[in-house]
Amino acid sequence: MTPLLSVRDLRVGFGQNPAANEVVKGVSFDLAAGETLAIVGESGSGKSVTALSVNRLVDFGGGRITNGSIILQRSDSSTLDVAKADEKVLRTIRGRDVGMIFQEPMTSLNPVHTVGAQIEEAFRLNRGLHGAEAERAALEVLERVRIPDAKSRLAYYPHQLSGGMRQRVMIAMALASSPRLLIADEPTTALDVTVQAQIMALLAELRAETGMSMIFITHDIGLVAGIADRIMVMQHGLAVEQNTTDAVLDNPQHDYTKHLLNAVPHFTSGKAVRADNERTATSEPIIKVDDLVVRFPVKKGLFKPKGAIHAVDGVSFDLMPGETLAIVGESGSGKSTTARAILGLVEKHRGAIAAKAGRSRRPIQMVFQDPFASLNPRLNVEALMAEPAIANGQKLDDTLRDRMRFLLDRVGLPADVLNRYPHQFSGGQRQRLCIARVLMLNPDVVVLDEAVSALDVSVQARVLDLLVDLQREFSLAYLFISHDMAVVERIAHRIAVMYAGQIVEIGEARAVLSDPQHSYTKRLISAVPAVERRRQHFAVDATQVPSLVRPAGYEPPPANWREAGQDHRVRIEETK
Amino acid sequence: MSKLARAFLRHPSGRIGLAIISLYLIAALLGIVGLTPHDPLKLFAIDRLKPPSATYWFGTDLLGRDTFSRLMVGIKQSMIIAFCSVGLATLFGTVIGLLAAWWGTLWDGILMRIMDVLLAFPAILLALLIIAIVGPGTSTSVAAIAIVYTPIFARVVRGPALSLKQRDFVDAARTFGSSQPYILSHHLLLNLVAPLAVQVTLALAWALLTEAGLSFLGLGTQPPTPSLGLMLAESKNLMTQAPWLMIFPALTIMLGILGFNLTGDALRDILDPRTQRREA
Repeated sequence: MTPLLSVRDLRVGFGQNPAANEVVKGVSFDLAAGETLAIVGESGSGKSVTALSVNRLVDFGGGRITNGSIILQRSDSSTLDVAKADEKVLRTIRGRDVGMIFQEPMTSLNPVHTVGAQIEEAFRLNRGLHGAEAERAALEVLERVRIPDAKSRLAYYPHQLSGGMRQRVMIAMALASSPRLLIADEPTTALDVTVQAQIMALLAELRAETGMSMIFITHDIGLVAGIADRIMVMQHGLAVEQNTTDAVLDNPQHDYTKHLLNAVPHFTSGKAVRADNERTATSEPIIKVDDLVVRFPVKKGLFKPKGAIHAVDGVSFDLMPGETLAIVGESGSGKSTTARAILGLVEKHRGAIAAKAGRSRRPIQMVFQDPFASLNPRLNVEALMAEPAIANGQKLDDTLRDRMRFLLDRVGLPADVLNRYPHQFSGGQRQRLCIARVLMLNPDVVVLDEAVSALDVSVQARVLDLLVDLQREFSLAYLFISHDMAVVERIAHRIAVMYAGQIVEIGEARAVLSDPQHSYTKRLISAVPAVERRRQHFAVDATQVPSLVRPAGYEPPPANWREAGQDHRVRIEETK
Repeated sequence: MSKLARAFLRHPSGRIGLAIISLYLIAALLGIVGLTPHDPLKLFAIDRLKPPSATYWFGTDLLGRDTFSRLMVGIKQSMIIAFCSVGLATLFGTVIGLLAAWWGTLWDGILMRIMDVLLAFPAILLALLIIAIVGPGTSTSVAAIAIVYTPIFARVVRGPALSLKQRDFVDAARTFGSSQPYILSHHLLLNLVAPLAVQVTLALAWALLTEAGLSFLGLGTQPPTPSLGLMLAESKNLMTQAPWLMIFPALTIMLGILGFNLTGDALRDILDPRTQRREA
């Protein structure tokens, strides 16, 4: 049987001299009809460029195919070398033979047209459907991607839909032409874990229904386990290993594959939690949060009553010295708002935040998610490191510079970086710099707001190790905010699960991860992708997070808790 | 800084713009120290309305004064007014824009509405109004032009400042307890240098034109001090007999504006973060 797609010695370069500036350096692979190939690699490995070469979208990004062939079998069984085809022929391939979905669904949808109009457009272009016919087809395909209440959603604009919904719309548009090959470029990276699980399940089901082939690009080797037939691992523009999924995952041959598999956080349902901290009844909490409420007002109009977004609703917890409390939840669950309220970056509506006097005037410090956004690009390392000290009345002198060098060395940065600027560092180095910076003030508590989420897996693992070491050395307490259960398992002593602005389950890490009680915690844990879970089947679950916009004066009913064990409390769910 | 200079010399319009501005600055400096070919105020009574020649490079006017010397002093006058007024406008506009963005809500509303009112008037009309109240003169021109261009700088600063205010590094500074002046100067202003630099060069071109316009109307620099607009005004009745009296001041104004505009364009290209990323 001839393969649907056969790529031989593909080389792609960028810039004035593509041959000298190669990003993909001779990649070959075959893809049979109905098969799914996952291309795995870290940022800059050339995985996206390889996939974008298949429909020659790479041309628009300034790339040139310098060598090799891409033989695509078309629907009329003729074959075509995409690498040499001209733009006119390519237009008939894109959309029709090869569909594509991108990472960020908001930017790939046109914000001024309704999703219905955009899907109909896809049908008009690819199948020549018009008017009521196109509308019917659009409705049908939206139902196929499991969008609840599809008929009314056709009239929605992209910004009115959630990220997961938008990605479904993108998939619907790609399906409009019944492509024989679907290229998915990190389609779930921008989404929450449970939504990611939904999209992955959807893709798997659609593939079974339509029999299309798929190229799935991802940086997360744990994610591909459930969907791919074959895996190709890329590093520095070369395919270092390709084989069947089982062979690659169980018996990796290349060092880089082994390294990736080691670096990816393995979720083990609480078996790997840290055991270096025991709560004693006598110790006093360093932070005590009691019934914290944060609301953001929403204006509805001149005469309509004002409502409010209940971002955080009645959150209580305490944090002991030297302990890591992880707050886990998805976007919009209020976990970041809680952190910001503790640091006074957002105003609280009600509640008490009591912090014990610490070693310095500002005992609580924070590391932000995006190391590119949290460092002022116009200041050098010395100025960045000096800022917290200057803000607290110290002078920039040799003592202070010595402390900077000590901390930079401690987080694994060379000491001679003091007059470099942030753009001269990689993402991982920048995050180390941010960590060193907050330690300048010798804090007691460090709030880590998704501090490792933006990093590549192998970098992420090293930063996590560093955090654990620093915690012991400087006896820090961490408030670790994350959406990633596998990361949380490595660092947390205790875990609080947040959902829709409230803590639904809190307790010792092992108890929460191994024996989740609340339905949301269970859902969150079952959505964690893992190499070990490759044969597990996910059902498409389209549960939506409830709206947090409440009318003025609304107060949620008081929470009822039950004990699920020593140091493990669960909010009692309302039965519907 | 040397990187910026090199990028400037590589940029074609940057090179031309820089050359023109340098030429003007040299002319202005020579005008200040009095190194003109002839005394710009001296009346060569026998040489009235002489066309350009080896003695009088750009000819002489009705009273027999040397046009070239008068142009040099005129450039000096224009440059002083342009730089002073734009300097003041930058200072006030930046402060107003920054504070409006930082304090937000009520102050933002009040300050920016005042700026909007000023912005609603055509530049020359507003300048006329101010001069009509205070009376003409060099310092009045500076003040009038500064007031006219302050709202533009306030707008240019406020927009980016609003978005910078939301950035993580500002939040981080607040968690360290950094003072407001520190955050405003190090985190906001430092990141506004690029858009401001572009705006300053472009505003210099407009200020040059506005000054010439005011002088042309007799409300700017007062005779006998030469100025570009004034010379243009004096030439208008002699257009056919002595076209050089009109052509040279007009060309001088045009070339000056071109110089600043080309420099501004080049700066905008060079400081654009997108082109920077391509280099990095």
